[in-house]
Amino acid sequence: MLLIHCPYCEAERPELEFANAGEAHIVRPKDMSQMSDEDFEAMFFIRDNPKGINLERWRHVHGCGRFFNAIRSTVTDKFLKTYKAGEPRPSGDEIAELMK
Amino acid sequence: MRNFNAFTLAREALRGHKGWGKQWRSPEPKKSYDVIIIGAGGHGLGTAYYLAKEHGITNVAVLEKGWLGGGNTGRNTTIIRSNYLYDESAGLYDHSVKLWETLSEELNYNVMFSQRGVMMLAHNVHDVQSAQRHIHANRLNGVDNEWLTPQQAKDYCPPLSISKSARYPVMGAALQRRGGVARHDAVAWGFARQASAMGVDIIQNCEVISIDRAPSGEVTGVQTTKGPIGAKKVGVVAAGHTSVLMEMAGVRMPLESYPLQALVSEPVKPVFPCVVMSNAVHAYISQSDKGELVIGAGTDSYLSYSQTGSMHILQHTLDAIIELYPMFSRMKMLRTWGGIVDVTPDRSPILAKTPVPNLYVNCGWGTGGFKATPGSANVFAHTIARDEPHKINAGFTLERFRTGRLIDEAAAAAVAH
Ligand SMILES: Cc1cc2nc3c(=O)[nH]c(=O)nc-3n(C[C@H](O)[C@H](O)[C@H](O)COP(=O)(O)OP(=O)(O)OC[C@H]3O[C@@H](n4cnc5c(N)ncnc54)[C@H](O)[C@@H]3O)c2cc1C
Ligand SMILES: [Zn+2]
Repeated sequence: MLLIHCPYCEAERPELEFANAGEAHIVRPKDMSQMSDEDFEAMFFIRDNPKGINLERWRHVHGCGRFFNAIRSTVTDKFLKTYKAGEPRPSGDEIAELMK
Repeated sequence: MRNFNAFTLAREALRGHKGWGKQWRSPEPKKSYDVIIIGAGGHGLGTAYYLAKEHGITNVAVLEKGWLGGGNTGRNTTIIRSNYLYDESAGLYDHSVKLWETLSEELNYNVMFSQRGVMMLAHNVHDVQSAQRHIHANRLNGVDNEWLTPQQAKDYCPPLSISKSARYPVMGAALQRRGGVARHDAVAWGFARQASAMGVDIIQNCEVISIDRAPSGEVTGVQTTKGPIGAKKVGVVAAGHTSVLMEMAGVRMPLESYPLQALVSEPVKPVFPCVVMSNAVHAYISQSDKGELVIGAGTDSYLSYSQTGSMHILQHTLDAIIELYPMFSRMKMLRTWGGIVDVTPDRSPILAKTPVPNLYVNCGWGTGGFKATPGSANVFAHTIARDEPHKINAGFTLERFRTGRLIDEAAAAAVAH
């Protein structure tokens, strides 16, 4: 079981309090009906699914209830960092720094 | 290759089984092949077998980063059934069950296919309606599936508790009598042995690290830990690692990879005559010929390539097992393990050509592709050999996520094995 740091509660809690909510930083378009099929497919179905560093959303369902983002390795399952929703996507340099 | 028959078995029995020899060759890779299959699981080895057997294409290599059958093929709970809701799925999975029925003879290798019946429990009104809808749809597609009352379910599987005071009481069950289990390793070994005998090179400990493409786009070969190998066509059959491989060819996939776990108990005398699945409480169970209870758990909720899974997932499954079969409450569990399964948004596989010429993909089997091994391999070999899908896999394209023509078994079943 993972130990997850909720950036809102500022506390580490067992995975059972959380729900994974898929890939992070996927922007929902304002007007979906205007999207091309290609763009809809890319937004709705295509996923990075990396073997390595993944940016993903979690929700503290049995805590504060809020969504936040995380940087986690899918090889070791270790979290590098969690951060609040709305904060910018971490840059490659920032991730490389965290991996040191 | 020596055939297995009554005579050779008797002779070897008298000689202490010293005369069998290797069941497949372990050659060094050639410079190039007509077809390279990436991944020596059941689906990849089977594809090579049918390429050689049905399409006369024998200049084929199967490249495997680990050992043959060491992926999900060797890690699954071997449940085989074909009672899927949609026409496309019924066609594909039932094609597979029919091939299973004669696979031991076909391969001269005992894959221990046992049609002991797969029973799927219903625990609430929604389950009952969904099961009956499946039964009707299956019958229209010529796939056997029948409704059992709780008492009939208990008669078919005596260890099952149908107590009304259970937390999730059994309200009935759907039974596919032609469903069952098979020996997972034997399927990989049987396909490997026959493919190798027809000239297919099976190259283990050979990881594909990149995919080569010509300036005009088509695939020309692969780079591996054993050096470059050329190919006219490449088929990716790599289960949980499909996204990683397809990325090497510049194709992004509608896939997510999750750990899925299973566990076995200590071996005991025969107590459990069939396979029972329960989607609502998420537990499925059968008994192996060695006597172990084989129990399937769920996936973790997050992406992972770690080939392990969390303890709480196993615990959740055992809670359900004990509720349904109180007599197992004091059984000891012996081993647990995980595999990485590649899940599509509609929970149906992709068996198709790709946007890259000469590159083909067979993936997305998620938590339930063992049952499809021979059928998938059979139609995928056709797709590669003819450069067009067989009519059975025509709907299982990559483009369906663009056109919206999904085969939505996800909505139909919630989980599927
Ligand atoms: C715990 C568990 C229980 C399951 N239970 C069932 C069940 O009851 N019924 C059912 O029908 N299905 C079940 N499944 C699903 C089933 O196991 C799979 O769908 C099926 O076995 C997939 O077969 P495959 O040949 O495609 O993949 P695999 O057997 O995983 O083969 C893929 C191979 O590709 C290799 N590979 C990956 N990357 C590379 C590379 N870069 N270079 C070279 N080789 C590479 C891997 O090492 C692997 O050997 C279960 C799965 C798990 C994990
Ligand atoms: Zn919180």
